[in-house]
Amino acid sequence: MLIKIPSDIKSSEITSKKLYLNRRQFILAASASALSAGAVFSGLDTSLSTHQVIAGEKLGDLHKSSFSTSEKLNSFKDITTYNNFYELGTDKSDPAENAKYLTTRPWMVAIEGEVKKPKTYDIDALMKVAPLEERVYRLRCVEAWSMVIPWVGFPLSALVKLAEPTGNAKYIQFITLQDPKRMPGQKVPVLEWPYVEGLRMDEAMHPLTILSVGLYGETLPAQNGAPIRLVVPWKYGFKSIKSIVKIRFVDKQPPTAWNLMQSQEYGFYSNVNPEVDHPRWSQATERRIGEFFRRKTLMFNGYGEQVADLYRGMDLKKYY
Amino acid sequence: MKYSPALKAVVFVACLIPLGQLLYYAWVGDLTANPIEFITHFTGDWSLIFLLATLGVTPLRKILGWNDLIKFRRMLGLFAFFYALLHFSTYMVLDHFFDFPAIVKDIIKRPYVTAGFTAFVLMIPLAITSTAAMIRRLGKRWQRLHRLVYVAAIAGVVHFYWLVKADIRRPVQYGLVLAVLLGCRLVIIWAQRWPKFQKFQWFHSFKSWS
Repeated sequence: MLIKIPSDIKSSEITSKKLYLNRRQFILAASASALSAGAVFSGLDTSLSTHQVIAGEKLGDLHKSSFSTSEKLNSFKDITTYNNFYELGTDKSDPAENAKYLTTRPWMVAIEGEVKKPKTYDIDALMKVAPLEERVYRLRCVEAWSMVIPWVGFPLSALVKLAEPTGNAKYIQFITLQDPKRMPGQKVPVLEWPYVEGLRMDEAMHPLTILSVGLYGETLPAQNGAPIRLVVPWKYGFKSIKSIVKIRFVDKQPPTAWNLMQSQEYGFYSNVNPEVDHPRWSQATERRIGEFFRRKTLMFNGYGEQVADLYRGMDLKKYY
Repeated sequence: MKYSPALKAVVFVACLIPLGQLLYYAWVGDLTANPIEFITHFTGDWSLIFLLATLGVTPLRKILGWNDLIKFRRMLGLFAFFYALLHFSTYMVLDHFFDFPAIVKDIIKRPYVTAGFTAFVLMIPLAITSTAAMIRRLGKRWQRLHRLVYVAAIAGVVHFYWLVKADIRRPVQYGLVLAVLLGCRLVIIWAQRWPKFQKFQWFHSFKSWS
């Protein structure tokens, strides 16, 4: 396969890609004569125009958000090689290796259900509905590890306002792409495909809740849920659904993928809570990736000041 | 293939390859973003593989008719224990850094940890009594004691099965291999006892039906 690199990509940027392709991937990519360019321009052969935004492209000037934490960031390599994204394989290293299959252009996202203005957005248009901000959030995985990630995105509330939900809209359901060709992990029924998630309307409207389209100032790599994903920093990572194609406003609590799989282990809310253990392991502590000692897990992943009011009066042991 | 000390040495070195691989990954900094988790999974995986290999010796010996295969069994079993020891040490030292209250709570409260710890503890007396002197000293009791390996293997596979979140393919594969290996033994026992069945009246009436 011959890869032409358009001249508008600086060679310095391409070189930097090599740094985070780890050794094995590097050899793999090289043997497929794809190298770094292949990762950047996954799906070049489907005649993409050079004007489109592609994974790994700089996202321009970003507003710095006051919601950002000042904690030490995890490296780009850690964030992009250690992923739970079962659509691209169940080992943590699989998504980075299978990222090449997930082409993200063209990509449409349908806004539908209980809204006055249903609309299907092209991803490039969707990325312009609100100014993009950098949000440095903690991400706490249900497996008791965590990272600090500089997401790029915009508040979900901005999109919700444009859709004008009706009075019946009590929840929002999110649905991931279903396409086993682009998501080879879907050939194995480890979860019910497509992946589905949901938020209560007040959670969706919360200023911390964002739709992310990038990280480290660049468009999202496929393994991190390109081209658009949810980020809800006070909930376990699996609530932050990746590679979204449908956002549906509904009147009842929607089904969610991990809850369908094991309802005793994964609730609808799945707020980070050190006092409510996963039935099979403790949630009291976590390992921040890159650190040796475990640290104490914080209620609502440290976002309690902002979000505790959403759950006032609720028994969080029952609504886990 | 004829057994020889040289062959045994080759197998011994081969059993150290996983450890070498792990040290190599550590040396080049390729233990993933979560090295402790990687080392834990890696050593646990190899402990199970060696445990299954150990249990494979007897059936394979009968099928192949290669009696000398038994001379590798102790080594394979000790390597299973060696990787289990690394696995448990990783958990105790790297993962929990000697936080014994947390470890004890984990062992009591988390069924997958209980199963894994059971498997590990059961392997300790087997490793200790693996010497020729111990075999002589324990006589018939040695064999009875070493049947604990079946319990350890089942507990080990269950430990893995209870650990995974959704993708049960690997633990199920191990479970199937274990089921075949234990099934082989049932068939062997049954075949050995078969003549005895002939003493029973029901056996003859059963025969007359067919």
